[in-house]
Amino acid sequence: MRKIKEFLIEKLILICGLASIFFVGLIFIFLLKEGLAVFKSVSAFAFLGGSKWYPISEPPQLGILPLILGSLVVTVGAAIISIPIGVGCAVYIAEIAPLKIKEVLKAGIELLAAIPSVVLGFIGMITLVPLVKKVFHLPTGLTALSGSIMLAFMAMPTIVSIAEDALYSVPKNYKEGAFALGATHWQTIYRVILPAASRGILAAIMLGIGRVIGETMAVMMITGNAAVIPKSILVPVRTLTATIAAEMGEAVVGSEHYFALFAIGIVLFVISFAINVTADLCLHERI
Amino acid sequence: MANIRVDNLDLWYGSFQALKRVNAVFGEKRITAVIGPSGCGKSTLLRVFNRMNDLVEGVRTTGSVFVDAEDILVPHTNLVRLRKKIGMVFQRPNPFPLSIYENIVFGERIHSRRISRDTLDDIVEASLKSVLLWEELKDKRHMPALRLSLEQKQRLCIARLLAVKPDILLMDEPCSALDPQATAKIEELMRELKNNYTIIIVTHSMQQAARISDETGFMLLGELIEFDKTENIFTRPKDRRTEDYITGRYG
Repeated sequence: MRKIKEFLIEKLILICGLASIFFVGLIFIFLLKEGLAVFKSVSAFAFLGGSKWYPISEPPQLGILPLILGSLVVTVGAAIISIPIGVGCAVYIAEIAPLKIKEVLKAGIELLAAIPSVVLGFIGMITLVPLVKKVFHLPTGLTALSGSIMLAFMAMPTIVSIAEDALYSVPKNYKEGAFALGATHWQTIYRVILPAASRGILAAIMLGIGRVIGETMAVMMITGNAAVIPKSILVPVRTLTATIAAEMGEAVVGSEHYFALFAIGIVLFVISFAINVTADLCLHERI
Repeated sequence: MANIRVDNLDLWYGSFQALKRVNAVFGEKRITAVIGPSGCGKSTLLRVFNRMNDLVEGVRTTGSVFVDAEDILVPHTNLVRLRKKIGMVFQRPNPFPLSIYENIVFGERIHSRRISRDTLDDIVEASLKSVLLWEELKDKRHMPALRLSLEQKQRLCIARLLAVKPDILLMDEPCSALDPQATAKIEELMRELKNNYTIIIVTHSMQQAARISDETGFMLLGELIEFDKTENIFTRPKDRRTEDYITGRYG
């Protein structure tokens, strides 16, 4: 009796474990099946490298280069803003801040992570967009820059908390060793602690960027959604994610447009997958 | 030159008094061992000398510690200069996760402004030679230091220390992570280093103290019970508690 119970419970847990993989597999198969269909009418090269995205013209032009570049510009902008601030914040929390400030800061960062992206987008629309318009004298404030700034806020909690973990787990005896050789606090941080935590910090950055690339709602609200190849950071852009979200509702099921949106999904999947794997390698590979 | 005189030193961690009225003189160019059971304050005492206790929150001291007639416990002490002069070797070898070469030149990099490649090369060679690692490692200088054996790591930590040209070496149970053979080698190295440096070693092992030190202090519950020539401590201790400890009644 007891044996049967053990057996059943074991199998039940096994099923739970396998279920997640099973569903991921299903999603992936579905994505591939729907997405790859687009390549019957357009070559992979024309799809990825085409500079015109007019999905409902006749015949449809399905080049996603403007969308890829849109995502890239917004992401790079967000990375440039969030990496220095995020890593700096992590160093401050892990190494410098007195205990009380540390707790307040950590709670603040967690709170930032808890703000839904639509709310961030909304706030950005009301405050940031007019500001960008005014500062740079633009016809519209709905630009890649606005998106980058807003997304930097979303990447920061990830970067800060993972980088802080990495810095905190640097063995204390490295720090003692450096101090005992007469190093100042800053010398210790940047010559010993940062290099020792570099892998974890890299992983933090990767995961932060992964979050930015996958983000949809906030960017859709504040980047202007113009599917043209961006020539600067001060023009409206459209990202891969925003394209899917905005157009999936109106695409006719089974049309080339519909398949193209799934293919965009594959591109996004590949990008996030690559980023996550890189982050994972950073975290787990030992020297 | 390089001697340490401790004058009525008291130290508290919060409300716990870890050192009580410690008085001692650590002579130059000799090895002084500090022994005693765990928690007796011997490591704390060592860490007073290079102000490592400053890293712990809530530490208070009264009394004085003179290094070459200069009181190092006063607030405006130049800690960088103090720690250059008084180096420390830790219980667990703690080379930085850098190359062997970079570990050794670490001190030079942080302490001097203009650095030439040649100077660095010379420092690496001289330091590795003085810890007898040069022959073994001269072709592997750019290998990550974390790949060395424990004993090599500890030697490297000593080499890294000698590269900043200290006068005094503090050793906090430097052999406790090593096997007996490696311990013997490090002890041999210490005897060699004694010719040029003042060495203070904290150790769990009475045998080690007896083997290598010229003078020994015995500590118990934060007090320095007895401080004398090593042979006296181990053959005719004056205090009953010292006798009990070295004959194995504490421990």
